[in-house]
Amino acid sequence: MTTLEAGPATARLLAGLGPAAARLDLGSHLAVHGPLALPGRRDRHWADSFVGATAESGLTGRGGAGFPTARKLQTLRSERRRPVVVVNAMEGEPASRKDQFLATRVPHLVLDGATLMAACLNAPGISVCVARGSTAAARSFAAAVAERERAGVGGVPITVVQPPDRYVAGEESALSNWLDGGNSRPQFRPDRPAIPRVKGRPALVDNAETLAHVALVARYGPAWFRQLGTPGSPGTTLVTVSGSVDDPGILEVPIGTPVSSVLATAGAGSTGGVLLGGYGGTWLAPTDVGTPYDPVSLRDVGCTTGVGVMIALPAGGCGLAETARIAHWMASESAGQCGPCVFGLPAVAQDLTVIARGRAGHRDADRLWARLGTIDGRGACRHPDGVVRLIRSAVTAFAGDVNRHLSHGPCPGAAWPSVIPLPRGAEVVEWR
Amino acid sequence: MAVERLLRLDPVVCDAFGHCAELVPELIGIDEWGYPVVDPSPIPPHLMDHVEAAVRACPRNALSVQRVAASNPRRPIASSRVVVRRSSQAR
Repeated sequence: MTTLEAGPATARLLAGLGPAAARLDLGSHLAVHGPLALPGRRDRHWADSFVGATAESGLTGRGGAGFPTARKLQTLRSERRRPVVVVNAMEGEPASRKDQFLATRVPHLVLDGATLMAACLNAPGISVCVARGSTAAARSFAAAVAERERAGVGGVPITVVQPPDRYVAGEESALSNWLDGGNSRPQFRPDRPAIPRVKGRPALVDNAETLAHVALVARYGPAWFRQLGTPGSPGTTLVTVSGSVDDPGILEVPIGTPVSSVLATAGAGSTGGVLLGGYGGTWLAPTDVGTPYDPVSLRDVGCTTGVGVMIALPAGGCGLAETARIAHWMASESAGQCGPCVFGLPAVAQDLTVIARGRAGHRDADRLWARLGTIDGRGACRHPDGVVRLIRSAVTAFAGDVNRHLSHGPCPGAAWPSVIPLPRGAEVVEWR
Repeated sequence: MAVERLLRLDPVVCDAFGHCAELVPELIGIDEWGYPVVDPSPIPPHLMDHVEAAVRACPRNALSVQRVAASNPRRPIASSRVVVRRSSQAR
């Protein structure tokens, strides 16, 4: 995957990266962004103003859920025990590369954000979580930690750890359970807000990109952060663009940029639809590609931002066949704990496959629809809900295709090779 | 503060024995794979006895009753697993 150079106005996270996008070591990182101002021990005033600036910036989590970062921080602040800080760079989404990109190019920005969070919460340490398969990202973080120790940057000890490489292993409760010595399966947590715990301490789990933004807000202030993006969703965001585009890669775009402009920057021609937000995301119909990439505008067309992923389907491609393939893969990535996920996901994936192959009737389509309603919301985590959302959005965005498949058999595109990367299933299922 | 009681199912430990759906079919259905589908609305008081029987009957201890504030059903009031009372008189 090649990397695109972001325009100078929008290069914030990616500032200082040239066309070759070489890694910024500590020296070059400090040359680009200046030193990190850390408070003395237990400086309440500093912590209050840090929380205030984060809240004013309007920053929301970039891991997919889009929860306000300051609100999560406040919740953790009111906990009795000192929390630990967890950097979530697991990036379980196979089509997403942004967190690995940050790890291998600007690791110090991510670590600055985590260090600030730790200072605010008086945390005893930071765990950086990188999936077992992402060797380069783990190495870059480890090297960055060593550089910081040598230079005496300050802040609490940082440990890089590598949980199993599973789609659901980066889910907050799965991650904290693994850090706690258990397996990396999501946990049943009926109460909200559910604060994950690691060795008895509450844990602040933030996505790597979110923390990189935190580092910038702390340096340049909330007003600067709000200069880009929309009033409701300020700032920039990283998007991994792939599929039917000439220049796939990672782009930093202001939130609210039309999806079509983002795709055009990556060299897309006309598309047959766009998968947004990853494999638990939603399909944007070809007629809606001009929609601004922000949560409110996307909600109006039945989509969610999810994690920063855009996959362009080629014109004439079959969104139903692609979705069926993803659904089968997602079924195989179930943690195998909850009945509706274990039995429901393979069933709906199969239903959709039969439709995509043009071998289904209206009764099959009705059964698929009913099954989606049965599965939704019944797992311990949101994994099955993501698959339900994906299939529902495919059936909506490609409604005309569904009817044609039901009455006239498969479209020519159903036999085309997939534009969506699906990792091979792990041969040995590792959960520890 | 108005208090409501909700049925909570732990889907991780549930193994689809199905006893609960036999005991409170008014609130618990069974999907095509045998797993319970729980009614998310507050438990009507006249069904509480049946619900408690279902909670006791679950071999996996997957079912519980949670007391919540009517204004915020996601926030539990207290630890609220139904206490299983055994008769004090041994028979």
